[in-house]
Amino acid sequence: MCGIVGLFLKDRGLEPQLGALLSGMLVTMTDRGPDSAGIAIYGTPEAGRAKITVQSAEPGAVFPGLQAELAEASGGSATVAVKSTHAVISLDADKVAPVRAALAAMPGLKVMGAGEAVEIFKEVGLPKDVIARFEIAKMTGSHGIGHTRMATESAVTTMGAHPFSTGADQCLVHNGSLSNHNGLRRVLRQKGMTFETENDTEVAAAYLTAEMAGGKNLGQALEGALDDLDGFFTFVVGTKSGFGVVRDPIACKPAVMAETDQYVAFGSEYRALANLPGIETARVWEPEPATVYFWEH
Amino acid sequence: MPVIDLATTPLRELNQALHDAAAPGHNDTEFEVLNPKGAHAVAVGVAAPVSIEVKGSVGYYCGGMNEQASITVHGSAGPGVAENMMSGTVVIKGDASQYAGATGRGGLLVIEGNAASRCGISMKGINIVVRGNIGHMSAFMAQSGNLVVLGDAGDALGDSLYEARLFVRGAVKSLGADCIAKEMRPEHLELLEGLLAEAGITDVKPQEFTRYGSARTLYNFNIDNADAY
Repeated sequence: MCGIVGLFLKDRGLEPQLGALLSGMLVTMTDRGPDSAGIAIYGTPEAGRAKITVQSAEPGAVFPGLQAELAEASGGSATVAVKSTHAVISLDADKVAPVRAALAAMPGLKVMGAGEAVEIFKEVGLPKDVIARFEIAKMTGSHGIGHTRMATESAVTTMGAHPFSTGADQCLVHNGSLSNHNGLRRVLRQKGMTFETENDTEVAAAYLTAEMAGGKNLGQALEGALDDLDGFFTFVVGTKSGFGVVRDPIACKPAVMAETDQYVAFGSEYRALANLPGIETARVWEPEPATVYFWEH
Repeated sequence: MPVIDLATTPLRELNQALHDAAAPGHNDTEFEVLNPKGAHAVAVGVAAPVSIEVKGSVGYYCGGMNEQASITVHGSAGPGVAENMMSGTVVIKGDASQYAGATGRGGLLVIEGNAASRCGISMKGINIVVRGNIGHMSAFMAQSGNLVVLGDAGDALGDSLYEARLFVRGAVKSLGADCIAKEMRPEHLELLEGLLAEAGITDVKPQEFTRYGSARTLYNFNIDNADAY
């Protein structure tokens, strides 16, 4: 099953509430998937700075020395903010490549995502516990996506949880299952993409990253996904400034959207949207099959 | 009139109260449901001639297995509204999600907005009237009953249809296997007039519709197709 949610704010006045609104939406979807949960929040980028979110199963052992260990690779620019099993490394934007190389050499650390705006938190467990652990409800931001998982295609692990991020400031959540992911993963590996899991959704994320790296915008990449991905999917995708939704042509994975002057919201079910401000007068609709929807700031 | 607020009352209490209405000694005939907020299984399995007004949008399977009750949703409905309805009436003032009226055996389902994919899939005697459009694969393997659509129909309408009658006023994006347009004879115009009246629709005429039905070429195995298996 799985539950997915997304919220793209048009009204900057709502930004302090983004984490709280998205948390409420995700907790409402708990009974669509209690295995794991995750959320990606896009904050305001800071000029010349970037962020890398990392995860460790042994945060008490790994995180305390991390800032010192990254001092050389980051030219002294890295600071580390620990949140439970995750840490957000803030650093000069031109130091991302050497710091990622240094992180790759550290045992027990996994990169969840990187970019100028995005922070990604995901763990095994119920949405309410995952949200509390990372204090998501206190977070501010311009847009975000979330997922609560009922695993079908790969193991219930932190790395198998959504959102999947395969490119700077890009992430994707998925309800459904793909049937051509193994073949597509081989093709994408030949193009230089790397994979952390055997999960089908990671392939979809990497596909969009590769298409956008080739010059497509999010909308064009999602159009391509309709031709190149086989299986069941409702995707919600985030980029630094954009937010997209697409459903496969069969469209049996549910989706409801709402739009007001203040936001565009996505939920697997209307329940996820029912407590948003102004929902009573929002335009509420079911996204059409095989139709790309996307918004940009 | 009992008013049940789902913000404070568990769903099971609502449905139990509605089921109890069928028992001897229960006199309530009108119910109001507040704050459904997309809840699943609102007013499922009601088996009494009561009237239920739901003030807001509902989730999965609202009005499922309905017998005799008149249920009005003042909002939109999630997947499987009025699934397997036996009799009575379900009216959705907004839109309905996928497989509205699936497998329904009787009664009337009216959707005043649009219905998504698979509307009336495997219908077995229910009448469905949609004021807006319907999505793809609607009336798939529909066996009997009538599907009336004032707007347009999506791809593969009536695929592998049995004896249900489909009436569409707008455009049909494509017909499914073995579904064909058919002549509108006087008995069909009369039937359609009755269905529109029952659904409270007075601004369109039966003559504006096209009837679709089964070409009946899939009913028996054709030996010439043996190579395909």
